[in-house]
Amino acid sequence: MTPAIELVEVRKSFGATPIIRGVSLTIEAGTRQALIGPNGAGKSTLFNLITGKYPVTTGRIRLKGEDVTDLTPYEINRRGLARSFQVTNIFTRMSVFENIRCAALWAAGYRYSFWHRVSAARAVNERAETVLEQLNLTARRDVPAGVLSYAEQRALEIGITIAGGADVVLLDEPTSGMSRSETEHVVGLIRQVTAGKTLLMVEHDMSVVFDLADRIAVLVYGEIIAHDTPERIRASAAVQEAYLGVPQGVA
Amino acid sequence: MSTATTRPLAVAGVERAARARRYGLWVAGALVLLALPQVVRTGTGIAIMNQMGIAVVFALSFNMLLGQGGMLSFGHAVYFGLGGFIAAHVLNLAGRGTIWMPVPLLPLIGGLGGLAFAVLFGSFSTRRAGTVFAMISLGVAELMAASSLIFDRFFGGEEGITTNRSKAPLLLGIEFTRDRQVYYLIAFWLLVAAVAMYAFSRTPVGRMANAVRDNPERAEFVGYSEHRVRFVSFCASGFFAGIAGGLFAVNYEILTAENMGLNASGAVLLMTYIGGIGYFVGPIIGAVVFTFLQSMLSDYTGMWLLYLGVLFLATVLFVPMGLAGVLMLHTPAWRARKLGRLVGPYLVAGVLAFVAAVGVIGLLEMTHFVVAADSTRATKRLFWLTVAPRTITPWLAFAALVAAGALGLSWAAPRAAAAFGEASRP
Repeated sequence: MTPAIELVEVRKSFGATPIIRGVSLTIEAGTRQALIGPNGAGKSTLFNLITGKYPVTTGRIRLKGEDVTDLTPYEINRRGLARSFQVTNIFTRMSVFENIRCAALWAAGYRYSFWHRVSAARAVNERAETVLEQLNLTARRDVPAGVLSYAEQRALEIGITIAGGADVVLLDEPTSGMSRSETEHVVGLIRQVTAGKTLLMVEHDMSVVFDLADRIAVLVYGEIIAHDTPERIRASAAVQEAYLGVPQGVA
Repeated sequence: MSTATTRPLAVAGVERAARARRYGLWVAGALVLLALPQVVRTGTGIAIMNQMGIAVVFALSFNMLLGQGGMLSFGHAVYFGLGGFIAAHVLNLAGRGTIWMPVPLLPLIGGLGGLAFAVLFGSFSTRRAGTVFAMISLGVAELMAASSLIFDRFFGGEEGITTNRSKAPLLLGIEFTRDRQVYYLIAFWLLVAAVAMYAFSRTPVGRMANAVRDNPERAEFVGYSEHRVRFVSFCASGFFAGIAGGLFAVNYEILTAENMGLNASGAVLLMTYIGGIGYFVGPIIGAVVFTFLQSMLSDYTGMWLLYLGVLFLATVLFVPMGLAGVLMLHTPAWRARKLGRLVGPYLVAGVLAFVAAVGVIGLLEMTHFVVAADSTRATKRLFWLTVAPRTITPWLAFAALVAAGALGLSWAAPRAAAAFGEASRP
């Protein structure tokens, strides 16, 4: 089966500083995987490379077998990859409903149309209502997204990501800054909306990671030091060393 | 389960009611446009209304950029002016019998002209938003100002291009010899353009224009190129600006380089902002108020630009949501049927503000008289009075009005605000 995402020797430098130092990683289709690692390891940078926000310095990136290394974010999105952001990234002055609806327009085939009325786009409107229900945001349907509470905005962030029905979903710290109960709700939501899809998520909350992930990739200083099942990662000495900072002896 | 089935129905019902209300508003607008010439019958009245109609189309097209697309243009008159020039040339060709083009279709020619140049300049200027876009728009405006001197045959140099609408072939036998006939033509195109621009805001690309305005990065991650979305809005905006330019050509039968200059671009920015960029009706209100003040004030005072500038400053500083925004703030009070309670406090504050304004205007006008006006006269007509600005008495009197008004306002304004807050609570 074609992998959902395939990175081949991907490197990224900002100026002279190498951030991603030769990452090769294969995410099998239909799995839920987590990308973990200490702060500054390059997790968000890796997301930005996969989604086309930054160009790679060297290396190739394939999405469902197709080379997407040199494509723009919108071209990659149209090929069925959607992402969320670590810092909430929504359409603040538009209503919650409009946020979701806009995210569903391209996938429904409306492109840059100025000859359709959005109110008559039934499939898109029904999709938006369904997503709102999944997010528990139906009661906030017509509120400007900018006035939502933090947890609601995080939920909307996920909603915008999945509204277009992409089959490869990247979530960047979906539960950051959330209370225990809010986290539990979001984990349930993620499980529900990524059923049958490929999920790659950056997450610091280890209970979320071990709860959701089929496999875990560990990124340390721009290199993948381990990529395995949760049990093996938990037991790995190299991972514990990277997290606990046990000195290696030889530099 | 029951909520899941009844709620979409309720939403659909609300949307149906909203749609009916919108259609009602458009029909009411059309009726007002039809009835206005029966109410305002003077020649100047009709002339000002024609000017207003053109300004409304222009301002609405500008707000497609600023309000809906988040693009601040300092050169939108370029598309207005070029549309106008092209329409004027086509009208001249039609007058000579070279081509067939009746006057009623001429605004469409202006629109296509505006569209063509919007495609040309928009292709590169919409690559970036924000400051870069604003600077490029300024550059394009300067470019056209320079071109108007170079391409003398097209722009007609200092005198501009004159034309004559009575020489064009007739469509359905309709003549356009009088301003009143032109009024109906402007009213027709105003309605068509306003409905089309409103409809545009409710299409997929119109909605994505809002999304790109709010967050261009996120728009790219839901499948849309921010550049392409801005470009489509820009072209549509240029098209409608060109229609306004075409109406201008029909109405005034002359176009000069000034019509596409920085002053014209500045004026449309002022009127749109004063009206309120966050609402569809904002530019309509702004264009009407601005044109009214412009044509009224310029009859009475040489300082009318100063007053318009003060109005703009006051809008930016105190009510950035514009006149339309101030009206919309009162919808909760209206829904709660408490609008009546505001009449008293507003009236008191309004009278006091008027007193203060009379004082300020008096002082400004006397200063202008002393500094700028001819020195052979000792007196000046001001409001309903004849004053002698070179004596101390009127200065003291107007200063007293300012002080009294300001003092009164410091007492009345908080009360009006409190009454507003009280009435807005459901």
